[in-house]
Amino acid sequence: MAEGTAQTTASQAQPAQQQFPPFDTTNFASLLIWLALTFGLLYWLMSRIALPRVAGILEARHHKINTDVLAAHAKRKEADQAATDYQKTLDNARTDAQALAQETQTRLAAEADAKRHTLEAELGAQLAAAEKQIEETKAKAMANVDQIAQETAAAIVEHITGKPADAAAIAGAIAKLKA
Amino acid sequence: MDPIHQFTVEPFVPVHLFGLDVSFTNASLFMILVVALVSIVMLIGTSQRSIVPGRLQSAAEMSYEFVASTVRMTAGNEGMKFFPLIFTIFMFVLACNLLGLLPFSFSITSQIVITFALAIGIILVVIAVGVSRHGLHFLKLFVPSGVTIWLLPFIVVIEVISFLIRPVTLSVRLFANMLAGHITLKVMAGFVAALLGAGAATWIVAPLPFLANVVLLGFELFVAVLQAYIFTILSCVYLNDAIHPGH
Repeated sequence: MAEGTAQTTASQAQPAQQQFPPFDTTNFASLLIWLALTFGLLYWLMSRIALPRVAGILEARHHKINTDVLAAHAKRKEADQAATDYQKTLDNARTDAQALAQETQTRLAAEADAKRHTLEAELGAQLAAAEKQIEETKAKAMANVDQIAQETAAAIVEHITGKPADAAAIAGAIAKLKA
Repeated sequence: MDPIHQFTVEPFVPVHLFGLDVSFTNASLFMILVVALVSIVMLIGTSQRSIVPGRLQSAAEMSYEFVASTVRMTAGNEGMKFFPLIFTIFMFVLACNLLGLLPFSFSITSQIVITFALAIGIILVVIAVGVSRHGLHFLKLFVPSGVTIWLLPFIVVIEVISFLIRPVTLSVRLFANMLAGHITLKVMAGFVAALLGAGAATWIVAPLPFLANVVLLGFELFVAVLQAYIFTILSCVYLNDAIHPGH
């Protein structure tokens, strides 16, 4: 360390006649001329080319971002509109479908009712006819039964008594029994 | 080993014009390198004009927006008229400071005449703008409003002195910072060499000044950027005085 400082002081002492370089006035003219030249060139390059270009780039980017954001907003609005439209259409369709279903149901119910009524009427008529036929058949059969009863009673009376029975009396007895 | 030697201006091509020594020196070379460096970033970097910037274009845009916001902050929107000048000053000083930190390079901003020329240039622009915009009203800069009348002469004298001393402080601040930093780095580097040369016993401690130099270089990098920024922002503040005198 001591040697290092000794060395530096020695080397400083050696060019003692020389000025401290930054204060050496003989360089000033050259430094100033070259500063003027280079700084002037840099100023020209920056102000004429570089800075307008950067400003243009920034402006272009700003513009692009703005237009993109606006476009995105428009698209989102469009999408929202489409979603609303879709919802509305869906709602309409659902209402229509419900109405149609309701209508169909009532129509089908009415048709079924009508069909059922006619069928019932028909069946009632058939039933009535059948009942009437049964009644007739029964009456006819009953009439036959009367005759058979009379004949049987006459036969029985004739067999028991040995003389022909009184037809009128038998008929009267049968009528009394039937009542 | 001489820590001062690095500031010597060495002529490469002697040129004499009109009795003036305007030789092409190492300082001239590094000034040209500075212009080249800034141009590479600002011109080649932006040549693609891409919407999504690459590295170099990002650097160019960041410098632009950084300086633009500094100017707008300190000198208002009217100050943006002088944006190209301020931007050139910032990039020039920054590139000089950073390039000077490279080993074996020449630090242009450690020449007092360079920083003084820049500072005087700024002050001349400030005076020109102030006078052309406000005429004699520009002198209101030296008369702050709301000062009691018996105090006013003193205040005016102080304001005039502070205005006149501006180019000096502006240039010496940058010059002294650069000079001191480079001397410190060189002295520390000299220690490393001296300790290594002094024998086996001192080899062990030789890395210590080297480590110090590593830390110092980081610090000097910070100083280089900070001083460029300070130089720029003070230029903006002085310009703001010219645009809006009378506080």
